[in-house]
Amino acid sequence: MVKDTGSAIQEVTRSVHNDDIGEATRLELYRSQVIIREAEQRAYDLFLQNLVKGTSHLSLGQEAIAAGFATAMKPGDLSFCTYRGHAHTLARGVPVEKVLGELMQRDNGLMRGKGGSMHLTSEEHGVMGSYAIIGAHLPIACGAALRAQYKGHDDVSVCFFGDGTTNIGAFHEALNFAVIWKLPVVFVCENNHYMEYTAIHEVTAVKHPAADRAPAYGLDGIVVDGNDADIVYRTAQTAYAKARAGGGPSLIECLTYRHSGHSRADPGKYRPEGELERWKERDPVKIYRERLAQFGISEAAVTAIDTEVRKMVDDATQACIKAPPPPEDILFTDVYADGGWAWRN
Amino acid sequence: MAELTYREAVARGIAQEMARDPDVIFFGEDVAKAGGVFKATVGLYEQFGPKRVRDTPISEQAIMGAAMGAAMTGLKPIAEIMFSDFFAVCFDYIANEFPKGRYMSNGQTKCPLVVRTGNGAGSRFGAQHSQSVENWCMMVPGLKVVAPSTPRDVIGLMAAAVRDPDPVIFFEHKSLYAVKGEVPDGEIVDTLGSAKVVRPGTDATVLALALMVPRALAAAEKLAAAHGIQVEVVDVRSLVPLDMQTILGSVGRTHRLFTVEENPRLCGWGAEIVSIVADEAFYDLDGPPVRITTPHIPLPAADNLEDIALPTVERIAQTIRRALEA
Repeated sequence: MVKDTGSAIQEVTRSVHNDDIGEATRLELYRSQVIIREAEQRAYDLFLQNLVKGTSHLSLGQEAIAAGFATAMKPGDLSFCTYRGHAHTLARGVPVEKVLGELMQRDNGLMRGKGGSMHLTSEEHGVMGSYAIIGAHLPIACGAALRAQYKGHDDVSVCFFGDGTTNIGAFHEALNFAVIWKLPVVFVCENNHYMEYTAIHEVTAVKHPAADRAPAYGLDGIVVDGNDADIVYRTAQTAYAKARAGGGPSLIECLTYRHSGHSRADPGKYRPEGELERWKERDPVKIYRERLAQFGISEAAVTAIDTEVRKMVDDATQACIKAPPPPEDILFTDVYADGGWAWRN
Repeated sequence: MAELTYREAVARGIAQEMARDPDVIFFGEDVAKAGGVFKATVGLYEQFGPKRVRDTPISEQAIMGAAMGAAMTGLKPIAEIMFSDFFAVCFDYIANEFPKGRYMSNGQTKCPLVVRTGNGAGSRFGAQHSQSVENWCMMVPGLKVVAPSTPRDVIGLMAAAVRDPDPVIFFEHKSLYAVKGEVPDGEIVDTLGSAKVVRPGTDATVLALALMVPRALAAAEKLAAAHGIQVEVVDVRSLVPLDMQTILGSVGRTHRLFTVEENPRLCGWGAEIVSIVADEAFYDLDGPPVRITTPHIPLPAADNLEDIALPTVERIAQTIRRALEA
């Protein structure tokens, strides 16, 4: 719960009186969260109908992080996601139909069913892949940032991962690498308090799995309330500005909670009674509706977004149900850059 | 024409590509200021500077991942993994990341990089610094895999690898670094996926890779001198893409097939080639294909033991002669 992060609670209070974000951006932050909420809930419903195949890892309850970081990005900034990457993909503006189509492994999917739920990629939106091997993409984000630095580009590479990732070697290698070369990369730990089925504190030497490791790499230990999109948005802006100014990497730990299990196979029974309910009181979408009201944004504007998004997700669902499976010939395409799979003559 | 060592050819090959294309950068452990632990990259740091030639920490995952991220977004990185044995600590990138992004993304992403590495035995380094692991890479769809045996091929295949749009694993043989060879002046660019008949012959086809090429050639000379047996030696050079046309053409002429492989026997590259030949040219063969390999053991450190583990010129010649006479 956020009670262990006094700074985060202060931030919430301050933000009520602080209109640095502005109405247009706040509506954007809200809409982004609602798209993720509705699309992820739909993905869950589609599992139950056996229309989503394979596995799937939802971000229900974690919407504010994806919305806040993506909304603060500029076009050209790059997102590197994990297998829990639907939210970050949607937050960069990838159409819901493309995402649901991929989850349903249809020909209208983002990668025509060749990647699946865990590998959402949309280069045109700056989504440089969703990586299903824990930690793999932190060094990859470093490489993209190295390119930006080398070429004098001003884009930032933003790398999202869970609390469990902080215990794998690639996390530590990437942090050291990013610091020694002062790379424009932002590492975002979504601490949802569970690495798969196990509470993170049971398997981690420090209280804050990301932030408490930061000082070892000469970085500030930053912990924020990941369920408050305003706080996330401001934190992202600060980190991006530092990266663009040549100030090097940041490591940010966002406290959050997933409302569903680890993956579709997991009912989340290992969580203590009442924990989910307590976190649901701090549901990011609920918090943000209240926030919009505090800033005098009309109920009608909020409801209009809710209605528009629901229709968008309904339409996307219908389009996906009607879409055919991918044609068999794409089994053999794009193994190599020549478009084919030939490994011999 | 100049005479260069294999290690000098590595530096010249990289320099040729870095001078041509400013998007080529190079990094690895000890590769810049120290010029590489095998002294194969001496002079590059001085020539191209610290932005393009970089020393990294001992972080093989970070090296591989950074190369990939740079490649995906527009650079043409060359990364060094000092010993190919260390692929085991960053194999995720070789097996899961470099070769799969393009496919999984339905062709959206690219990964044009080169990983060069010191491969093979002969330095008495023992089981974790001596292996031939080209077969670890050959089995992964989406990778390209080359292993040059001469200084000239080092330069030409390095150029081909850097210019190739796919991830290329470039195996340099540690025991060849000191070997000299003639190298023409000017730019050299070779072709991936082309085997080379390095000694014509009529009685048998002998396929070899990297350090096994000079050994196969020496065995061929011995067989010719002592027994009048003329074997054709083919330097496979590239495991992926694999030049089966050249191999099948040779087998079609000689009707016998031998492979000389430094990798331990199980699932070595020769096994795949033999199976293809059995499928497609079985009736061209006058006898069973024979694989001459390192046995299925970890490599020992002691020089006398390491020497007998690898295919020797003597073992190659004897195995071929016995099989042909059987």
